Amino acid sequence: MTAQAHIKNKSLITQLFMSDKGSQIFFALLMTMTIVVPILHLAVPADSALHVSAYTLTLLGKYLSFALLAIALDLVWGYCGILSLGHAAFFALGGYAMGMYLMRQIADRGVYGNPELPDFMVFLDWQELPWFWYGFDQFWFAMLMVILVPGLLAYIFGWLAFRSRVTGVYLSIITQALTYALMLAFFRNEMGFGGNNGLTDFKDILGYNLQDDSTRVALFLASAIMLIIGYTVAKFIINSKLGRVTVAIRDAEDRARFVGYKVENYKLWVFTFSAVLAGIAGALYVPQVGIINPGEFSPLNSIELVVWVAVGGRGYLYGAVLGAFIVNFAKTYFTAVLPEVWLFALGGLFIFVTIFMPQGIVGLIAKLTSKKNPSSSPPIENQFSEQKPWKSKADA
Amino acid sequence: MPSKSKFKEVMRRDRVFDFMVPGGRHAVIAKQLDISHDIVLYVEGISVSFDGFKALNDLNLYINNGELRCIIGPNGAGKTTMMDVITGKTKPDAGTAFFGQTMDLTAMSEYEIAAAGIGRKFQKPTIFPEHTVFENLELAMHCDKRVWTTLFARLSSAQQDRILEIVDTIMLAAQINLQAKNLSHGQKQWLEIGMLLMQNPQLLLVDEPIAGMTQQETERTAELLTSLAGQHSVVVVEHDMEFVRSIAKTVTVLHEGHVLAEGSMDEVQNNQQVIEVYLGE
Ligand SMILES: Nc1ncnc2c1ncn2[C@@H]1O[C@H](COP(=O)(O)OP(=O)(O)OP(=O)(O)O)[C@@H](O)[C@H]1O
Ligand SMILES: [Mg+2]
Repeated sequence: MTAQAHIKNKSLITQLFMSDKGSQIFFALLMTMTIVVPILHLAVPADSALHVSAYTLTLLGKYLSFALLAIALDLVWGYCGILSLGHAAFFALGGYAMGMYLMRQIADRGVYGNPELPDFMVFLDWQELPWFWYGFDQFWFAMLMVILVPGLLAYIFGWLAFRSRVTGVYLSIITQALTYALMLAFFRNEMGFGGNNGLTDFKDILGYNLQDDSTRVALFLASAIMLIIGYTVAKFIINSKLGRVTVAIRDAEDRARFVGYKVENYKLWVFTFSAVLAGIAGALYVPQVGIINPGEFSPLNSIELVVWVAVGGRGYLYGAVLGAFIVNFAKTYFTAVLPEVWLFALGGLFIFVTIFMPQGIVGLIAKLTSKKNPSSSPPIENQFSEQKPWKSKADA
Repeated sequence: MPSKSKFKEVMRRDRVFDFMVPGGRHAVIAKQLDISHDIVLYVEGISVSFDGFKALNDLNLYINNGELRCIIGPNGAGKTTMMDVITGKTKPDAGTAFFGQTMDLTAMSEYEIAAAGIGRKFQKPTIFPEHTVFENLELAMHCDKRVWTTLFARLSSAQQDRILEIVDTIMLAAQINLQAKNLSHGQKQWLEIGMLLMQNPQLLLVDEPIAGMTQQETERTAELLTSLAGQHSVVVVEHDMEFVRSIAKTVTVLHEGHVLAEGSMDEVQNNQQVIEVYLGE
């Protein structure tokens, strides 16, 4: 009993992470990076070997937003068994909502100097702003849309799909179709989202110039903080009974139903939450790369995302983050040095991981260490792994 | 047969089953289980076909409150399909299934049926393999199972005690922290029975509970199932005749989706038709 009372006194955050070495290491690394990188960028002179260039800073910021996206996918795929092959769609929608805000901030500084209309609308000879652009000059409204648009789409899509019990490969295919359909729609000029050029030439965010060092650092920090928040919330969900139910659904859906859980509601909830996380990631991505175009809806992007999580280790939040960093680092490297090779490398990597490391890098490490130390904890996050209420009872 | 006339009385559709008028089917999900006629399950005229093959053919079955009923029948007789219909997994082509007087099972979904008080053990033991024994029982526990409450759910000490009690009943106390996938086949069966108990259902449907069990485990299972009867109604499907004989008062024989005979084990074993299709081997 004393052990329990002891636990109650600890903060929620401590409770979440105290038995999770992987998350602790992840946080230590992330915090270090979050503090060190901006300092090396701002305070170290440009000719020093330790200087972090604006390019690298922004690149890392981009990776951070990808890591958040990877967590979103891991929640539905790793913890609920829903293999979404269209998650990049939610990322892109969040990105477009942010892009629309940034577009409106350009005001009359565009090529055509029209204070009311973005350049591409002037180019298309449009006379007035379409209704769905209203409100996007307000930051708070745009941020609301970053959450609402992906969330609502996921909710409607999930409601239809899960209610009709579409699962497995069929669900994967229709999510792929969803992102493909959105890509085709956004390619059309008449849609009013800039057609195949997308939205770009952004000037500033909340009045700060996007090219300024301080703005870049702020965006980098915002990405890091959102990743920490997203990770913590995801961890809270996984550690809760709800997390145990989603894993139960993943492993034995019928059993979960007959035990009395309304499976479709659980899937819908997790799917929608995950889409919102993906949307936020997209909103962080766009101001850092300076463009959003329909290519972000490309089915290939969603598949790449699956590869990140598979490589890192699905069913481990830090695995998803690790995978996002490793694969994107490789991508940055390959596309610069050997651009033709990248797609083959990606495909090869996926096949290799699927066959030889089904639990990804983290899963492999866990397996190796548990061989040495058989009592190490199982891969499922467990609120009781420390608490063990029955133990303390038996001991008493 | 006095019980038969009692059924007849109960079955007077014009009086008792007012809601059975055509079109009234979906309106009949009552919150409260009504077993005032002492019958917990009514299965009437159920037919199910798969691609033209009739797995169930005009099946009729009545389970009394607190009774322990064994159902036997050759492979493919439709025993599992019958459970699928009762638990909402399979929708019948024809017929009705009622839980108590008021709950129309054919109009309810699996989770509603589970919440109403019907628990089920699958033929192939189905547990949550990555979860520990404790967590399996926790997940099965009778409580509010909506998403939002589940997110913030905390185990009360009463609930914890209940889990520990069940874990003793199913003799898995030593394995309480073990992931369920590491249990033996028999232990998995037991865990699934334990999960049933956690649900605290009025009616338990138990499909082939002793497959893969040792002699000792089998005896213990027989004991457990018998002890449950009385407070719960239990329907057991089993192939092992010795086991059935050891627990059954009433046995129903299913053949080609239809009830072939019903009665005590001796009656059934001496039934000529039954001997022909099943026991004559
Ligand atoms: N989903 C399905 N699709 C097609 N046929 C099915 C399906 N489910 C069951 N059947 C068929 O229906 C018949 C009855 O099956 P059921 O599983 O109910 O038999 P059972 O009495 O439980 O047999 P056993 O003793 O082998 O478990 C079998 O012939 C089976 O092949
Ligand atoms: Mg069967």
